[in-house]
Amino acid sequence: MKLTLKVWRQKNNADKGGFVSYPIDGISTDMSFLEMLDVLNEELTEKGEDPVHFDHDCREGICGMCSLYINGKPHGPQQTTTCQLHMRSFSDGDTITIEPWRAAAFPVVKDLVVDRSAFDRIIQSGGYVSVNTGGVPDANEIPIPKTIADEAFDAATCIGCGACVAACKNASAMLFTSAKISQLAMLPQGKVERKARAEKMIAQMDAEGFGACTNTGACSAECPKGISLTNIARMNREYFSAVMSSENV
Amino acid sequence: MILDSKIPAGPLAEKWTKHKFTSKLVNPANKRKYEVIVVGTGLAGASAAASLAELGYNVKAFCFQDSPRRAHSIAAQGGINAAKNYQNDGDSVYRLFYDTIKGGDYRAREANVYRLAEVSVNIIDQCVAQGVPFAREYGGLLANRSFGGAQVSRTFYARGQTGQQLLLGAYSALSRQVANGKVKLYPRTEMMDVVTVDGHAQGIVTRNLITGAIETHAAHAVLLCTGGYGNVFFLSTNAMGSNVTAAWRAHKKGAHFANPCYTQIHPTCIPVSGDHQSKLTLMSESLRNDGRVWVPKTVAMAEKLRKGEIRPRDIQEEDRDYYLERKYPSFGNLVPRDVASRNAKYVCDEGRGVNETGEAVFLDFRDAINRDSEATIRARYGNLFDMYQQITGENPYQTPMKIYPAVHYTMGGLWVDYNLMTSVPGLYALGEANFSDHGANRLGASALMQGLADGYFVIPYTLGDYLAGLGTKPVDTNHPEFEKAVKGVKDKISKLLGIKGTKSVDYFHKKLGKIMWNDCGMARTAEGLTRAKAEIKALRAEFWKDVKVLGENEELNQSLEKAHRVADFLELGELMVDDALNRNESCGGHFREEYQTPEGEALRDDENFAYVAAWKYQGDEQEELLEKEPLVFENVKLTQRSYK
Repeated sequence: MKLTLKVWRQKNNADKGGFVSYPIDGISTDMSFLEMLDVLNEELTEKGEDPVHFDHDCREGICGMCSLYINGKPHGPQQTTTCQLHMRSFSDGDTITIEPWRAAAFPVVKDLVVDRSAFDRIIQSGGYVSVNTGGVPDANEIPIPKTIADEAFDAATCIGCGACVAACKNASAMLFTSAKISQLAMLPQGKVERKARAEKMIAQMDAEGFGACTNTGACSAECPKGISLTNIARMNREYFSAVMSSENV
Repeated sequence: MILDSKIPAGPLAEKWTKHKFTSKLVNPANKRKYEVIVVGTGLAGASAAASLAELGYNVKAFCFQDSPRRAHSIAAQGGINAAKNYQNDGDSVYRLFYDTIKGGDYRAREANVYRLAEVSVNIIDQCVAQGVPFAREYGGLLANRSFGGAQVSRTFYARGQTGQQLLLGAYSALSRQVANGKVKLYPRTEMMDVVTVDGHAQGIVTRNLITGAIETHAAHAVLLCTGGYGNVFFLSTNAMGSNVTAAWRAHKKGAHFANPCYTQIHPTCIPVSGDHQSKLTLMSESLRNDGRVWVPKTVAMAEKLRKGEIRPRDIQEEDRDYYLERKYPSFGNLVPRDVASRNAKYVCDEGRGVNETGEAVFLDFRDAINRDSEATIRARYGNLFDMYQQITGENPYQTPMKIYPAVHYTMGGLWVDYNLMTSVPGLYALGEANFSDHGANRLGASALMQGLADGYFVIPYTLGDYLAGLGTKPVDTNHPEFEKAVKGVKDKISKLLGIKGTKSVDYFHKKLGKIMWNDCGMARTAEGLTRAKAEIKALRAEFWKDVKVLGENEELNQSLEKAHRVADFLELGELMVDDALNRNESCGGHFREEYQTPEGEALRDDENFAYVAAWKYQGDEQEELLEKEPLVFENVKLTQRSYK
């Protein structure tokens, strides 16, 4: 395949940045999208030009490190991570536009690399069960209905990539935050701290500068792990019940 | 120097309990006077950092990724073993110990493995308490499945994403300690060197990957939880960033590197599709519970398949060779990884491979779907089947998967004693970065177990014993050794940027990978290894003359990051070859063609090779010194592994 890539280049956070077009040839349909970028980078290196910087690590769709806004969609045309997107989703002659995640809370570091540490700080504000190592009950002490465990698992599969924020016109992090709040609110182990958790995590989410939710559902539609919008509804319920009796924040 | 494993005396089952009692304790008020550095935030690193911070130590945690949650432990699919015996099927701590020792082909320490089996049960309790959503039965209790190399169901799992759920559990515990101010986090930071003062590890030198700043950090102890070195093969199931740099630079500062040739080739990966390939994707071993491995009985039929003249479904039952079931009737498709991988290689070498490259075998779910329904199979493996289809474009519900072995895990690593301390006092290695528990072959679902055992339940005890003996004198980075280490790092960076050669870093990495895969991969010979050694030396020389690293240090520079890692792989590769050449036997993942039984199974030489090969660095371009730690077996009888 022969393609034209329109790639966002930005030297660092202070740089203004802009699109640069690169023609590329000899791309096979079996390549993953990132392998296609590897080919581009080898060519750029050959020519002595700075390779395009992008985040990636596991390349099997689970670490959440890869990002990229491809042709106006986070992770490109399919509901998967960019590393699992393969070139068979494109046609010969296509022009592909590649941008970083665009959100004030995810500042650009360089080219297509953004800083997502806001997500870490949201988890640090309460996304855990406060147990120390050791001294916990036997794992089978508390039975958990399979349906509940499965639903908690579905919420827990969030990979923290930030596609939900990138997809949202408000750059809201509600889907990310709600996935963790839901998971822990559903499980008996997490119920003890559910109120304080909802309040603290939402306060942190707001402090990071993420936008509000207007229920368009783009986040869930674009989520590579299919995290359900139900989690946002559940988070809202958790939050309202928490603030009604708040002693926390 | 004599390597002292510090294995406690006494009966096997009492060693750890006794050791915990005799280890010195640090009083709670003094714990806050100690600084501990943890490099890597995977299962071992995150669990260690969180647990030590909970105890009151001041922890600094480092990772090269943008968040600790990205560490490659997250990609583990299948599960985690624990001797809970919830299934009432005959499991016990002793059986898990025995299976692990035998599975490792009798090349691991009894005492370490027993301790691992012993604390395995605590891990599951801990994870459940953190809110890890393991799979459950309708009655609300935890579900288990069986896994390759085991005849009991002792594997706990969270669909095909067990590593993710366990890591997020450890990450949440770590995050809690960050919020408490007991852990300071350094993401996008790479360790470049260990600093030793008077022979004791006392800090590290790091590079900030965004600004390029070279920084120093002092501590009373340094824990390396930096994973394995499978990426020396370029193509592996490891993450793109997984590297040996931290471990290797520690090795060059005096830490022995043990059994580097023990690499695990995982039997069920998606085959290579072309030269552009950047990584290989694992299909969980759990698939072998329901999938049947086969190739056509004849080369002629395999050729027709490769040319696309017939489809797999056209091949009748009598023309299929379910070779694992045929050769190993009692374990069948569930034989350990090394056995399954080697047999896949044999049938492909015979010309019976089933894809265009001739390097693939079938993993077929037809019978399982007919027996249990497609919905049942979907519930068990849905995400894996989707991933397979995403990558290959083929639907595994309708046509058999094609799989081939790929480099997956490295059993070798930094030598550690029973306390997980390397041969440098104050420097520890945990998880895949050490060599200690899996011998020459790791059983499925044991990597997660070891990472968390080391971090949650071993290091909190053994580190205290060391620190208590140190006194509470503060450490700082003013010692000249720090300055010296910084200079070394800066010189290396200038050298890499200054070569301005003609070939990219990836060019060298790919070439090294090919050498390693061909001559130090699934099957090795003295001849091939000797050739590989010369080739690696030449390639390394070429790298330092002709590599092209663009950009500068003072920015995010991914080529420079890779150049550091590949430079270290180019040195490690040679040591792996040396180790493989030295070990004139076959055991587990190390298969020397010269040493095999008439049936083609690995032939151990317990008389001469029942030892840990620990290599000591002697200086650049010098042969390393081999030191041996004899393996003493007091409880198990060494037998020829048989899965027939």
